[in-house]
Amino acid sequence: MSGGNEPLLALRGVHKRFGGLHAVNDIDFAVAPGSIKAVIGPNGAGKTTLFNLIAGNLPVTAGTITFRGQEIQGKKTHQIARLGMARTFQNIKLFHGMTALECVMVGRHVQSRSGFFSGLFNLPQSWKEERAIRARAMELLDFLQIADLAEAEATSLAFGQQRAVEMARALAAEPQLLLLDEPAAGLNIYETAEVARLIATIRDMGITVLLVEHDMSLVMDISDEIVVLSFGAKLAEDTPAKIQQNAEVIKIYLGEDDAG
Amino acid sequence: MRTRKNFSLAALCLATVGLHLLTVATGTQFYLTQLTMAAYYGLVVIGLGVLMGYAGQISIGHAGFFAIGGYLAAALTTRNLLPFQDAPPVRILDSLGLLVSGQDIYGEALLTVTPWAAGGLAVAAAALVALVIGVPVLKLKGHYLAMATLGFGTIVYRLLLASPYFGEADGIAEVPAFVLLPDLAGFGPVVVSGGADHRVLNFYVAWGTLILGMALLLNLIGSRVGRALRSLHSSEEAAEASGIATAGCKLQVFVLSAVYAAVAGVLLTHFNGGIGPSEASVMKSVRYVALVAVGGMTNLWGTLIMGVGLTFLSLRGVFGAHDDMVFGVILIAVMLFAPQGILSLRLKELARRLVPGGRA
Repeated sequence: MSGGNEPLLALRGVHKRFGGLHAVNDIDFAVAPGSIKAVIGPNGAGKTTLFNLIAGNLPVTAGTITFRGQEIQGKKTHQIARLGMARTFQNIKLFHGMTALECVMVGRHVQSRSGFFSGLFNLPQSWKEERAIRARAMELLDFLQIADLAEAEATSLAFGQQRAVEMARALAAEPQLLLLDEPAAGLNIYETAEVARLIATIRDMGITVLLVEHDMSLVMDISDEIVVLSFGAKLAEDTPAKIQQNAEVIKIYLGEDDAG
Repeated sequence: MRTRKNFSLAALCLATVGLHLLTVATGTQFYLTQLTMAAYYGLVVIGLGVLMGYAGQISIGHAGFFAIGGYLAAALTTRNLLPFQDAPPVRILDSLGLLVSGQDIYGEALLTVTPWAAGGLAVAAAALVALVIGVPVLKLKGHYLAMATLGFGTIVYRLLLASPYFGEADGIAEVPAFVLLPDLAGFGPVVVSGGADHRVLNFYVAWGTLILGMALLLNLIGSRVGRALRSLHSSEEAAEASGIATAGCKLQVFVLSAVYAAVAGVLLTHFNGGIGPSEASVMKSVRYVALVAVGGMTNLWGTLIMGVGLTFLSLRGVFGAHDDMVFGVILIAVMLFAPQGILSLRLKELARRLVPGGRA
């Protein structure tokens, strides 16, 4: 759909106001297909709000968001998901009362068709598709090395395992763009390194990744480009190496010298 | 999974035959009447069970849908259309062969809608009403949804009470038998009516309808759409992000549960030969909610067993004059002591006793 040079996702002049608060202020950036882009910034910089705007959980106040050549601001979340965008959540949102496998099968929703009546009357389309959904979900659990947890109740799993189930659920949609909201939050350094490898693998599979993250080591290691937000505005956008030397970025992260 | 479902449904079929044989063996065939009625109420309760337990949307207005089905079926099959026979809607029905001429109890000429057409229209009307109120109301959550559906139930109840067409406080009587199937194999027609000679037949019609309804709901729960319903129950945000149109899913299951209630309303009204306003009352809606809760919100089999069982006891008059109170007490007790339903409580305790140290 999008050509070689066309960005997969492009934000132009995106604003989000909550009353008098400019949570997101005139943001422009683009995500090239096949790349890993990270959005960083101190707490309250507007990172999660930006994610919610992209995924359609919040309406933009102004500006356009283009995904695969289509403007998606104003579309509903499920419509955007169907275009090929999947996400994980900072505070994990797995489904109560479902096994890990079933959670991943939900992620398969956009890749399957059988509807209400097909399900009600258990038409061949429904149960054949169901078999394929289950098989693909198992493959993904296997890919994330949690196949042995397939029948375990998802919400009772350890934190890192729940993150893996969420990742599998997002991948089940076979997305073009994967949004990861702080994928390393609450993980120890070994698990974080594991996640970094995983994200790189996902990119190598051809899935573009946009992530919001606090963990600097993760972001610096794997990102192709980084956008720095501060108080809702874009402070810098560059490669990790250049961002690390950016004086303004260092200032907002380490604080201003009181004596200076 | 599928074999377990089919096994359970086969067990339910056997239990149905078993119940019949039990009444024959004990000379208590008169129980079949209440068992028939209980099966129809069970149909309402399992439909509501999928809405509440799986999709997570409460409705305290389901007696309203039951009443729309029952009252429309009753009115269309009893109210004389002769004075209106030149009106366009009546002429259309006539040209489609959906009208039937007869005589009322005083020997006057009577023109009414056939039970099949009346029942179809009644169920369609309930589905349409569910669709129209579902769109705005299902945007609400929790208490607000409860109150809005309660409001709907109250409106239906008061409209019926105030309408001479629907018989006001008396309701509608003299509803004719419903010939589901003509005499095909020489065993006589399949008729929904309360006559003593049709008692066994009606028991099987009611339980057959219940089993069919159950089978369809079990299919749905195990399907892609059922999984979508369960997911939106837990997190609408994550369901939406997975590409599930949550508003549409909720609406579909709301309409389906209204159709279940309306079908039960139509058939039970023909079986009883009439319907009264108490069927539309808020107490009936609360009772349906209580039965879903007792059965266990996400346990459709529990809902079916408790729905039919407790309704049967109620119809036999076991709870006496305290009938409505009993269901109120049941609701409170379940919420306090067994929020997963009575059956889950007993099974877990039993498992703990039988398997010491085992996980239960």
